[in-house]
Amino acid sequence: MNHDDPETTYTEGPIHTTAPVIDPRLTFASVTDKISSIVLKRRTPLWWFVGFVISFILFQLMMLTITNLVFVGIGLWGVNVPVAWGIDILNFVWWIGIGHAGTLISAILLLLRQQWRTSINRFAEAMTLFAVAQAGMYPVFHLGRPWLMYWLFPYPNTMGIWPQFRSPLMWDVFAVSTYATVSAIFWFVGLIPDFATLRDRARSKAFQIIYGMLAMGWRGSARHWHRYEMAYLLLAGLATPLVLSVHTIVSFDFAVGIIPGWHATIFPPYFVAGAIYAGFAMVLFLTIPLRKLYGLESFITMRHMHNMAKVMLATGLIVGYGYIMEAFFGWYSGNRYERYMIWNRMHGPYALYYWALILCNIITPQFLWIKKIRANLLALWLISIVVSIGMWLERFVIVVTSLHRDYLPSSWGMYQPTQWDWGMFVGSIGFFFTLLFLFIRFLPMISIFEMRTILPEAGVEE
Amino acid sequence: MADDDRDKSKDARHTDAGHTNVGDRPVYPTLRDRESVAAHNPVPPLTHHRRHVPPLYGVMAEFENPTDLVVAARRTYEAGYRRINGYSPYPIEELSEAIGFTHTRLPLIVLIGGLVGGIGGFFMQYWMEVIDYPLNVGGKPFNSWPAFIPITFETTVLCAAFAAVLGMLVLNKLPQPYHPVFNAPNFALATRDRFFLVVEANDPKFQHEEVVEFMKSLNAQDVVDVGV
Repeated sequence: MNHDDPETTYTEGPIHTTAPVIDPRLTFASVTDKISSIVLKRRTPLWWFVGFVISFILFQLMMLTITNLVFVGIGLWGVNVPVAWGIDILNFVWWIGIGHAGTLISAILLLLRQQWRTSINRFAEAMTLFAVAQAGMYPVFHLGRPWLMYWLFPYPNTMGIWPQFRSPLMWDVFAVSTYATVSAIFWFVGLIPDFATLRDRARSKAFQIIYGMLAMGWRGSARHWHRYEMAYLLLAGLATPLVLSVHTIVSFDFAVGIIPGWHATIFPPYFVAGAIYAGFAMVLFLTIPLRKLYGLESFITMRHMHNMAKVMLATGLIVGYGYIMEAFFGWYSGNRYERYMIWNRMHGPYALYYWALILCNIITPQFLWIKKIRANLLALWLISIVVSIGMWLERFVIVVTSLHRDYLPSSWGMYQPTQWDWGMFVGSIGFFFTLLFLFIRFLPMISIFEMRTILPEAGVEE
Repeated sequence: MADDDRDKSKDARHTDAGHTNVGDRPVYPTLRDRESVAAHNPVPPLTHHRRHVPPLYGVMAEFENPTDLVVAARRTYEAGYRRINGYSPYPIEELSEAIGFTHTRLPLIVLIGGLVGGIGGFFMQYWMEVIDYPLNVGGKPFNSWPAFIPITFETTVLCAAFAAVLGMLVLNKLPQPYHPVFNAPNFALATRDRFFLVVEANDPKFQHEEVVEFMKSLNAQDVVDVGV
């Protein structure tokens, strides 16, 4: 596990379950100074500017696409009957799935008292928030008349009508907007004590005032902490069923429909597992370079990488079970349309996507059984990319191959994404990274106060 | 001597956390003035005659580690002081117990928020789909309640989460840009690696010299007066 890095001297021993989660030599002062110095003192590294500019240019591609889309209409995309949900809805599902790992790490692992979550929860929550922001844009622009999106919300209107609450698409509106709101306030609450730390460390007047306002006068009072901890715990308790409900409801968008390949009871658990799978892949993809570039090896240790790889393997197996069950249902249903759907996935015009998906999502993660591969950062990083692509292909298979051939052969068709589909997708990746670069520059990417709680000196000796 | 002490405690009560300040005394410096206030209103030497002491918020002791703080807080509570508070860079469960603060109404507030969200969310849909705008969708009953559950769940979580955050902020009286403890010279370290204990001047048992002597006996790094 020795990885050479000039910035840190922390080298870990062999990974085992009782190994320290973080460098045991860290202290209150060093944790505080190191994390806050990234925001306040250290010179912004060159790679940050390079990364930010590239992301920002890609973000402009999205703005261009959206402008064109609003002027011309969604005919600009490749969507048409029968495939009216193209890669835009696919991307919605992909992005929102990525977000789920953040909530899992911040809420579910908190309730399970997994100390190792502390090093990565802030970053993962930020990732959640930015991924949900990307996700939210797709259905809105897919409406065709995005300027009327407020019609989705129940508000008293002159037309005298109300939304149709029996539709999963309405459930989706509530699920996604609630998820975005709760993730944002959970994230902000977690940041309050760290804003106070930054306020007290900042040397420039502007930063003192900005972080001071955001900290809202936080002073670390024992009474405040007591209520704060209660609020944080309750929010975690609320976010846990919420995150499970969100992808469940996203899966209802499909499962409530009667299209072969969508109408399956396995969808909710299979979607939630897939979301966590994709999300952990994205967390690994982002943290592996980041800890190296900022020299955060003593905070985000190989223990973390190891645990995340295990979560990825476990959820990958659940997803694999989902694929097997889909095929089994197709065969066992005795329904010719269901059988044809599975046959079409495996041998039809989009068979390449299906087999690529199996390769990416089922075969590749099997390497994670090997301890040496879990301990190899480059291998982990490559696997996380493969899994992210695999999860994108999974949604392609679900959305496109189910829609393009359903009951009536006369209404069959093919779907081809246009350059504007890709422009929107690549652009949203740019927007995601733009937000992420701003986040790591201006906010503490590791929760400072929670790191203090897991230090050896934090305990009260009786 | 006894008269003197009573006098002082009365004086201190008047300056209760800056709420009842008299006009000619410096009150409520803004966030911006914090440093200049600390510079111009240095904490008086402890031997200073009480008549010239500026309004006092309390006496603050500084500790190097959480154990010392918790032990000191416990002893202060046992000594009969009640208006005391600890300050630490991270939550310490033992500390809030030591200062006698173990109960919060927050869970109740969150429960109420969740109930309001759940009941409100369901009946919003019921009223819209059954009473105000009944629409036959696929022959389902107007009150097709199972279809209303997902949104009911979401509104429950949304309202409970807002209740948790807003309840926490309101109970903590945040945002509060100015607070007297910020005047203490080392207090910026309360968000880094230092631990503080304050006995407030409005404590019924507060007698300045006595409190200072008591806190000095608590293994503190430093004991200072905190002005309002």
